[in-house]
Amino acid sequence: MTGRGKRETGKVLLEVKDLHATVEGKEILKGVHLTVRAGEVHAIMGPNGSGKSTLAQVLAGHPAYTVTAGQALYEGKDLLSMAPEARAREGVFLAFQYPVAIRGITNAYFLRAAVNAMRKHKGVEELGPVEFMDALEEKLKVIGWDSSYLSRPVNEGFSGGEKKRNEILQLAVLDPKLAILDETDSGLDIDAVKTVAQTVDKLRRPDNATVLVTHYYRILTHIQPDVVHVLAGGRIVKSGGKELALELEEKGYDWLREEVAVG
Amino acid sequence: MTAVADRYLAEFRAFSGNGAGSAPAWLKEIREGAIARFAELGFPTMKQEEWRFTSVAPIADAAFTLAHTPRSPLPAAADIEQLCVGAGPRVVFVDGRYVAELSTATTLPRGVRIGSLAAALESGSGSAGDAVRAHLARHAPWQQSAFTALNTAFLADGAFVHVSAGVVLDRPLEVVYVATGGVGTGGPGPTVSHPRTLIVLDSNAQATVVESYAAFAGGVYWTNAVTEAVVGNGARLELFRVQREGPKGIQVATTHSRQERDSYLALHLVSLGAALARHDVTNVLDGAGAELILNGLYLLGGAQHTDHHTVIDHAQPHCVSHEFFNGVLAERAHGVFNGRIIVRPGAQRTDSKQTNNNLLLSTEARADSQPQLEIYADDVKCTHGSTVGPIDQTQLYYLRSRGLSPEAARSILTYGFGAEILDRMRHPDVRARLDRLVRERLT
Repeated sequence: MTGRGKRETGKVLLEVKDLHATVEGKEILKGVHLTVRAGEVHAIMGPNGSGKSTLAQVLAGHPAYTVTAGQALYEGKDLLSMAPEARAREGVFLAFQYPVAIRGITNAYFLRAAVNAMRKHKGVEELGPVEFMDALEEKLKVIGWDSSYLSRPVNEGFSGGEKKRNEILQLAVLDPKLAILDETDSGLDIDAVKTVAQTVDKLRRPDNATVLVTHYYRILTHIQPDVVHVLAGGRIVKSGGKELALELEEKGYDWLREEVAVG
Repeated sequence: MTAVADRYLAEFRAFSGNGAGSAPAWLKEIREGAIARFAELGFPTMKQEEWRFTSVAPIADAAFTLAHTPRSPLPAAADIEQLCVGAGPRVVFVDGRYVAELSTATTLPRGVRIGSLAAALESGSGSAGDAVRAHLARHAPWQQSAFTALNTAFLADGAFVHVSAGVVLDRPLEVVYVATGGVGTGGPGPTVSHPRTLIVLDSNAQATVVESYAAFAGGVYWTNAVTEAVVGNGARLELFRVQREGPKGIQVATTHSRQERDSYLALHLVSLGAALARHDVTNVLDGAGAELILNGLYLLGGAQHTDHHTVIDHAQPHCVSHEFFNGVLAERAHGVFNGRIIVRPGAQRTDSKQTNNNLLLSTEARADSQPQLEIYADDVKCTHGSTVGPIDQTQLYYLRSRGLSPEAARSILTYGFGAEILDRMRHPDVRARLDRLVRERLT
């Protein structure tokens, strides 16, 4: 179920077919279909509890979720059979809705460990602390941070906004092929939303794609999504262009529930 | 009195009758009082609240004899070097006795003294002599603890560090206690030594001291250590204590600090060794505006048992104490943390924080964590918290989602428990050295 009238030029990066998933025995995803091509930005919107975060976490490999049916192909490979680290190394990145604090480990140490895990996987030489810091300086500028954040323990004592920015820093540093942003815009002030949007925009290339899971329209005023999907009741009930997001902003989600029920 | 305690009394009579006779009268008097107190107290049992997690039966039931002289051969200088942070000033003690050949007497700035207590007691005069007389055995509570009493009774030698008023020293001063007990041939069995350390910083002095305990011994022996540290008005002391006793070694230790007005003490405790270790730490904030960082790390495996009992005594207003203890426990190790904070009446504007986090790396590892707050003032800020648990699955998943293997992720999370403590250490060389030690242990 891709967007109507889209230029379907890029190769398919992610193909989700009839995905069903449960958490603690409760079915949350009830047959999700989604096709994301290289070069695209998709927005997945929907009311609370519709399964947006579950979809994001299932794609990243969260151990608490069980896939009961369907499949997800990433570059033609079975994504769901891969360990979380294997997905990351292949270029899948999830910006967490609730980033996790790691005691004692500085951001710099953590980022370098992550980058080197990827480099090792690709057979590229790992970076030493000094080389890595040089490479990092640029990325920091992108999100408007100074290096003081690098010597602080990962997300520990960070404000909500700082945690979200830290996810975006990781996104910029790890440079994935498929980025899934799980409500990265929630809880941010308008300037921070803009920074997130601009960063995503800057990282946009013909060979990568972004899936923005969001509750709000406002981030979409800064990013032009190619496709907007509405996830409700564990299914994508409607897909369209950017105008769909605007329609949702004006009318809410209730009309869709009715439409689904009737149709 | 048990037969074992009787033996210590007999040994004390022999000890005070010969070599120790040269001590000044005031010290002899303290020793007599201490041995009498030991006889009254006897060794603690698990029925006592303060000892309910730790059995000292391996001490009370065994026959440890006093290590009189170092058993030959002495450790090699290169091996001692390995234990030290730098090539700076150091005093080395083997089985409790000062060994001049292994100590390095580099040129010290005027007003700095690091040497043996025996020498300071003999000279007896000058500001060093005054400091010894004023502070030795005046702080560590031999009236209350059988172990401190025993150490005090056998007090003959140890390390004395004195930094005179206003002297600022950057290089760390090192005190190294090495045990060779348990390896001697034809010896009378396991030995005990009673290392004693006295550190005195006069007003506005500043220094870094490293106190380390290590062993060139695979056998059973017992180290019964007592350290007293006095930090004068406006003085700043960073004191590191690194415990790497041998795999069958036992260490019982008391560290007692007293801080005067506007002083700063950072006390870093890193416990890696010993089969059985118990450390009683008491920090008295005895002058307004004093600040204390009590920063501890215990990394245990096998069947190691380590018990930290800490008391932070806010005796005066406007003092700050931040206490952090992290434990990483593998295999069948058992860690005990008991942290008591006392805020005395009138100690208003006290700012006290305590945390104890324990990481259990196996289902058989165990940690007991007990905070105890006794607050008798009303305008204070006191917080405490403790955690005990295995590797956090959410953290593990977060790291894996960034491409790290489960093994690498676990290793990072484990190291984080150590790194959090290491990060509070100020002296860069000492911190780097301890970081290496912690990494070797954890990864």
